[in-house]
Amino acid sequence: MNTLFDKTWDAHVVQHVEGGLDQLYIDRLYCHEVTSPQAFDGLRARGIRCLRPEKIICMPDHNTPTHDQDKPIEDPVSKKQVDTLAANVAEFGLTHYGMMDPRNGIIHVVGPERGLSLPGMTIVCGDSHTSTHGAMGAVAFGIGTSEVEMVMASQCILQPKPKSMRIRVEGTLGEGVTAKDMALYIMKQLTTSGATGYFVEYAGEAVRNLSMEGRLTLCNLSIEMGARGGFIAPDETTFAYLKGREHAPKGEQWEQAVARWKTLRSGDDAVFDREVVYDASDISPMVTYGTNPGMGIPVNGRIPEVESIPEEGRTSFLKSLSYMGFQPGEVLLGKPVDYVFLGACTNGRIEDFRAFASLVKGRKKAPGITAWLVPGSWEVRRQIQEEGLDKILGEAGFAVRQPGCSACLAMNDDKIPAGKYSVSTSNRNFEGRQGPGARTLLASPLTAAAAAVTGVITDPRELL
Amino acid sequence: MKQKFNIIESTCVPLPLENVDTDQIIPARFLKATTRDERFFGENLFRDWRYRPDGTPVPGFVLNDPRYGGEILIAGKNFGSGSSREHAAWAIAGYGFKVVISSFFADIHKNNELNNFVLPVVVSEGFLAELFETVSADPSARVRVDVPAQTVTNLATGHSESFELNAYKKYCLMNALDDIDFLLLQKDKIEAWEKR
Repeated sequence: MNTLFDKTWDAHVVQHVEGGLDQLYIDRLYCHEVTSPQAFDGLRARGIRCLRPEKIICMPDHNTPTHDQDKPIEDPVSKKQVDTLAANVAEFGLTHYGMMDPRNGIIHVVGPERGLSLPGMTIVCGDSHTSTHGAMGAVAFGIGTSEVEMVMASQCILQPKPKSMRIRVEGTLGEGVTAKDMALYIMKQLTTSGATGYFVEYAGEAVRNLSMEGRLTLCNLSIEMGARGGFIAPDETTFAYLKGREHAPKGEQWEQAVARWKTLRSGDDAVFDREVVYDASDISPMVTYGTNPGMGIPVNGRIPEVESIPEEGRTSFLKSLSYMGFQPGEVLLGKPVDYVFLGACTNGRIEDFRAFASLVKGRKKAPGITAWLVPGSWEVRRQIQEEGLDKILGEAGFAVRQPGCSACLAMNDDKIPAGKYSVSTSNRNFEGRQGPGARTLLASPLTAAAAAVTGVITDPRELL
Repeated sequence: MKQKFNIIESTCVPLPLENVDTDQIIPARFLKATTRDERFFGENLFRDWRYRPDGTPVPGFVLNDPRYGGEILIAGKNFGSGSSREHAAWAIAGYGFKVVISSFFADIHKNNELNNFVLPVVVSEGFLAELFETVSADPSARVRVDVPAQTVTNLATGHSESFELNAYKKYCLMNALDDIDFLLLQKDKIEAWEKR
């Protein structure tokens, strides 16, 4: 009771529906090309329009190639999906940031970057990583395509109200330990279903001290703990990030908005359905060894022994290790790597490129490593160039590609070949996620950079 | 597909793995479709566990095992984690499943199933373990899911459990109505909220 989640959710309830669901008003709907075509078809079949087209922002990101975006997409199926989105937004009168538009990029990078995702909002998208926008102090969550259609039709959604959970991380993160490591650590503690049914508020000193980019990374990964969403109460870091952004309020309206946003915090008497506390100094750079994001270990640690896994989970555990080509009890340090991917809605922001560049500066890409560095948006790419990071990266043997979801889920042509090992800053290491048979090890941009210059799994702290 | 739910009695397909994610249920490369052709998604359900890269069936995977079939899928804990892709629910429905039984479902996928007239039934760990035992011992064993009574029964042992189902969703399932039908009738309330 009296949590920020309660306040934001309750303020958006149009009505309580008999049976325990809430009809929730949605302030912002984002759409991409993959989970929207059937929703538009649904509207056409019902003969209806979008109720509030001005609240809907669309952009392709999953299928977009990360090179030659000025030319037509080669894969005809991808091209059709991207073209279908463009045709639908034209027919329904929605806002569209198409390919090559300087505002285009991964939705979860673009929304905060353009000031479209603001504190206190309710935000949805047909994409589980919509939780990212929670970093702005919004209630943001992923939905299915039927629900996308619901929001298009009524600007509302029917949902059971999730329970609330607070995850506090107190203390200070060590050198070389990032928001990504914090999230992988929490997932390891909670498992990938530990926060299912909950909306998470992240708090505590180590969370407050995260930059906006770090907060976006942490909230992005809420879904990988099973949580529907995760958010951080807005504060001066949030306001400083938002000020002057394209769609953020301006002038007097800005002052009024900040005054309102300052009230967006859980009450001192707030009661959470569940609360957990972690100590930031317990967190090391993390890497995953298995096929779900909760299967993480400190980069210098060992894969668990079979005996330490509960009996009902052993079949899945062994299946997972067999897929990855690892043995129980093994050390990952020194394992050869084939691919490195920097990017995705998890770690495709300017700070991630700064971190990667800081580590590879003065070093060279290891022979045999294929590295894909994919900014989350054209704006991030512009900043990379403005700050001269592209030169540092170039001297070390790395090229910066064009923006999109890319190898995170390999819907474009950035696919990791079967059997190859990829150290990836993305969010999921599921079987086949980065391409059929691909073996993914999730890690931070620093750990990815360390692998990129050494060719093997390396503790980034040794190179700082 | 909209259909009216009442009592489902069927043999089952057991998938005793935990954390089955939606990338396994339907891999991302099948998400490029721009139509909602459930048959297409059903044909590619569990594609990479079910078929080798050359398209031949993987022997031993349960969907390729002629002993198993039916309208009920039984899966290990935390079914449907990961991506929000509704294509996963379309694939399950398209294959012909009406019910998925597990001890735990991921939130988004659970909603997606309900929105596609696939009923997620949450049972206790013990009940799930017994179901797996029953069905692996006798693939012809039947399970009964009574939607009006909200009970699930292992007919081989006679053991029964009740399951939770939101009253509104139950009404929708039993009457083949979806949320959009409901929301379109709420325009006055939506406009009143916007003016508040």
